[in-house]
Amino acid sequence: MTTLLKVGSIAGLGLTVLPSVLVFTGRLTWTTHAVLMAVGALLWFATAPFWMVKDEAAHRQATE
Amino acid sequence: MPRDHGATITDRLDAINEFDREPVSDEHLQGPGNFIGFYAGEHVAGTEFVIGPLFVAHGVSAADLLSGLVLGNLLAVLSWTFICAPIAVRTRLNLYWQLRKITGPKLLFLYNIVNALMFCFLAGAMISVAATAVGIPFDIAMPGLTDLYPSTVGWVVTVLVVGAVVTLLAILGFKQIARFSKIAAPWMFLVFVACGVAVLPELGIRSVGDFWTVANAKIWTGTPLEGRVHFTFWHVVFFAWFTNMAMHIGMADLTVLRFARKWQYGLFSAFGMYLGHYVAWIASGILVALALQSAGEIAPGPIAYRGAGLAGLAAVVVAGWTTANPTIYRAGLAMQTITPNWKRWKVTLAVGAITSVAALFPALMMRLLDFVALYGLILMPMGAVIFADFWLLPRLGLRQHYADWKAIAFSWPAAASWGVTLAACWAINAAWGLQIFFLGLPGWFIATAIYVVLSTMQQRTSELVRAGHGGGNRA
Repeated sequence: MTTLLKVGSIAGLGLTVLPSVLVFTGRLTWTTHAVLMAVGALLWFATAPFWMVKDEAAHRQATE
Repeated sequence: MPRDHGATITDRLDAINEFDREPVSDEHLQGPGNFIGFYAGEHVAGTEFVIGPLFVAHGVSAADLLSGLVLGNLLAVLSWTFICAPIAVRTRLNLYWQLRKITGPKLLFLYNIVNALMFCFLAGAMISVAATAVGIPFDIAMPGLTDLYPSTVGWVVTVLVVGAVVTLLAILGFKQIARFSKIAAPWMFLVFVACGVAVLPELGIRSVGDFWTVANAKIWTGTPLEGRVHFTFWHVVFFAWFTNMAMHIGMADLTVLRFARKWQYGLFSAFGMYLGHYVAWIASGILVALALQSAGEIAPGPIAYRGAGLAGLAAVVVAGWTTANPTIYRAGLAMQTITPNWKRWKVTLAVGAITSVAALFPALMMRLLDFVALYGLILMPMGAVIFADFWLLPRLGLRQHYADWKAIAFSWPAAASWGVTLAACWAINAAWGLQIFFLGLPGWFIATAIYVVLSTMQQRTSELVRAGHGGGNRA
């Protein structure tokens, strides 16, 4: 499950930054870029809190 | 130090488990991830959408900006690492309880009022920034570069709503704030990058090779807007170095770095400096250059929307929150020593209310460079006092924490260091025209020297008096 969440987070970050590069190279319109960035944001915040908090808890346990 | 509220206060603070008045214990130290997240979150912030554009307004040239930021940010990281962090990990106390031992409670009271107000104004600027994004869907008119006062009811309502939410999050405490910053930081940074990259074609940059030519011709042109001072390489270096002067050489981040396992964790401030105060400032400069070129709105919300649509707006809001939250948290700590019998949430609520009112005034946001320089300068001398008290006094055979040891309520050497340094900085500015961005450096040395000299006088005089009275007793 954690792996799946991490993949979702990476995809979210990818959708945040890669479309702008495609706009720069003329392969994507600005409107599509904006939509993909919004999807990327949703994906990041829907997945990252779960594994980031879990990682932090595990790290804390290991160091205590 | 008299503890006139004794066990009651301690019990209350134990209950909220924040270690505000006691050194942080080993089991509550935090690892590198928390500090990377904290610094990246705090410095990849909504205000970067203002500072980057203000460099453009001040007519920095491209070469001066890019090289000046490298050097200035390096100096800032070194200041955190070698000045603030070593004291933080040795004392494990926050700024206010560390200062109380040096200044005595009455001077600390005065300092805390100033400190809390400065933090409130700073957090207010961040709330203003977030409000420029929240207001867009409601078609609320945004403040312009020259606006100083709130001009519409819509702006007032938006700011107050954003202020209320930010205050609520700040009440939750440091760990929750750090966690939120940590989660948002990677995404926010990439939004800044994406915003900047996506609008490059509109400025005429269609390949990497075009960048330098267009950057000099259309973005960082070397020509300031009307009414703005021209910024040189040295302006950029000193501004980047001293943007967070209150935090590093002013020692406010003792409060944060007391949780660090090692003093080297100060180096993690580089994540904030080079992501936020380098890449994000460049990206927001690009965005505002486009807005100026097309006579569009230059407030953070509109320029972020232009770069990334809804995700850009969300980033401005989140960035404003993640920066305003720790600032309100710090202000809450400052106020807590003024009102020791108030619960933490009540203090933070009061701070949040002041902050939200301050945020109503766009002047804070549109004159952010000047305000940031001023607030750092005002708070910095007390950081120099802590540095001198911790490192220099023992080497000179003098006692650290003299006010605490003698139960002095108002340390005149510390007060004089603070007041005379600010007066000296004002005199330097008036006599030689040295701008506020540069005053922190001479000011730090002035404050350190004054404190050492006056402490020597105070402690030697005290010894003589004691000797003259046959040894005497501690007050």
